[in-house]
Amino acid sequence: MADMILVQDLVKNYGDFCAVKQISFTVPEGKIFGFLGPNGAGKTTTIKMLTTVLDPTSGKILVNGYDPTRDQKQVRRSFGIVFQDPSLDDELTAYENLDLHGVLYGVPHGERKKRIEMLIDFVGLGDRKKNFVKEFSGGMKRRLEVARALLHKPRILFLDEPTVGLDPQTRNHIWGYIQQLSKDENVTVFFTTHYMEEADRVANEVAVIDHGTIVAQSTPAALKEKTACATLEDAFIALTGHAIRAEEANATDRMRMMGRAWRGGGRR
Amino acid sequence: MRAIYILCVRQLKRYVRSPARIIGSLGQPILFLIALGFGLRAMFARAGQGNYINFLSPGIVSMAILFNAVFSGIEIIWDRQFGFLKETLVAPVSRTEIVLGRMLGGAIVAFVQGLVVFVICLIAGFRMVASPYLPLAIFFMFMIALLFAGIGTVFGSVLQDMQGFPLIINFLIMPIFFFSGALFAANGLPRVLAILLRLNPLSYGVDGLRGALINQFAFGLTTDLVVVTLLTAFLLGIGSYFFSKIQL
Repeated sequence: MADMILVQDLVKNYGDFCAVKQISFTVPEGKIFGFLGPNGAGKTTTIKMLTTVLDPTSGKILVNGYDPTRDQKQVRRSFGIVFQDPSLDDELTAYENLDLHGVLYGVPHGERKKRIEMLIDFVGLGDRKKNFVKEFSGGMKRRLEVARALLHKPRILFLDEPTVGLDPQTRNHIWGYIQQLSKDENVTVFFTTHYMEEADRVANEVAVIDHGTIVAQSTPAALKEKTACATLEDAFIALTGHAIRAEEANATDRMRMMGRAWRGGGRR
Repeated sequence: MRAIYILCVRQLKRYVRSPARIIGSLGQPILFLIALGFGLRAMFARAGQGNYINFLSPGIVSMAILFNAVFSGIEIIWDRQFGFLKETLVAPVSRTEIVLGRMLGGAIVAFVQGLVVFVICLIAGFRMVASPYLPLAIFFMFMIALLFAGIGTVFGSVLQDMQGFPLIINFLIMPIFFFSGALFAANGLPRVLAILLRLNPLSYGVDGLRGALINQFAFGLTTDLVVVTLLTAFLLGIGSYFFSKIQL
């Protein structure tokens, strides 16, 4: 089975700070791969490099056989992504957001329409498709983003904490669909989450990253066995310690606060 | 091409859907038109310069276009903070297409705002002169819009958050507006001011627009056409370059 994602000695430095320290891993095609780690461990930085929006300091990456620093278009065509932060246009309707995505990805008109209808129904937003996204709750936005990531039938799905703010019903529904997709269409899934129970249930394999280094990689069962823990959460804590990580508020967080004040305590 | 089109359409949709923004951005030009236009009209006439509203209106139209165009570029910061920028940056289209779509959309919005202000000027008493260059007025308006959408894009691409925003307004946009000949004639100025005017891209846009509308050129039609066209092409290039360097 071919490797859908290959990472070798990947490094990312921000000035003196080393966010990702020489990590290596592979994700075989069709597998669901959980990328776990405490806040600030380097998960999102790694995803950014895999998805062409951040250049690595050094190391080698292949996504679907292409190099994200050189064959950006092929890499971008290969994956769909749900980002950690919202990334919808609030001033457009749910349908328009998906339509814009379909046009950007070159999905032909007829198929685009069909797939949008199908996916928007699937995430339970069929009757809200003409509503502006700014009227949506956090969970509804998340569902819409999942639908959007699947619209162009990607070979790989990147999910950066996709289930934050979702109720158990929606979470199950979406994971069920993604597992089905992985089985039926051999879609590779690369996800991060802080819900260890979720990772235990859906991931074929997990890697634990801490302080920019991968500290363990195996199946969830093997990881529990190795650490002699009953749950993946305990195994995770055994591997990464009890210390609570500080994460600085970045420019985005500050802006969100400003935006909220600006819009008179807006909806998000 | 499809990316340019759909991103351009997005800007237009956002524009027509926020009446508050449309009306809000009319406030400043109207204020200038009324306060200066009517306030200085008598003095201007007494100095033998004719009708100040006629002289001022092309400057006020340029002002509306300038502000809206720069804001459209700076909207990149907003999109970056609210996430939508990421969605476009991971799409399998070149960044050049993305940024051209954004700049074109922003320029069209600014141009339309310019047209609205133009109508308001007509209501305030502005009268065009039967000039052979009249059709060129549209051209100059659109070029000003594109040029400053390019400048806005440079700042939108480089700045990480809105902290630098007042800096841009007070140290870039306001000086560009005040030292452009929008409010006063380009001849008979103190030397330093005359040089500033000559270095300011907006001066040529204002002069071209004023010349096209009331047949009064300070620099001459050819100079205005050449400078504005070249600068616009240049800034679209610079804007695209800076946008293509964005990392998340």
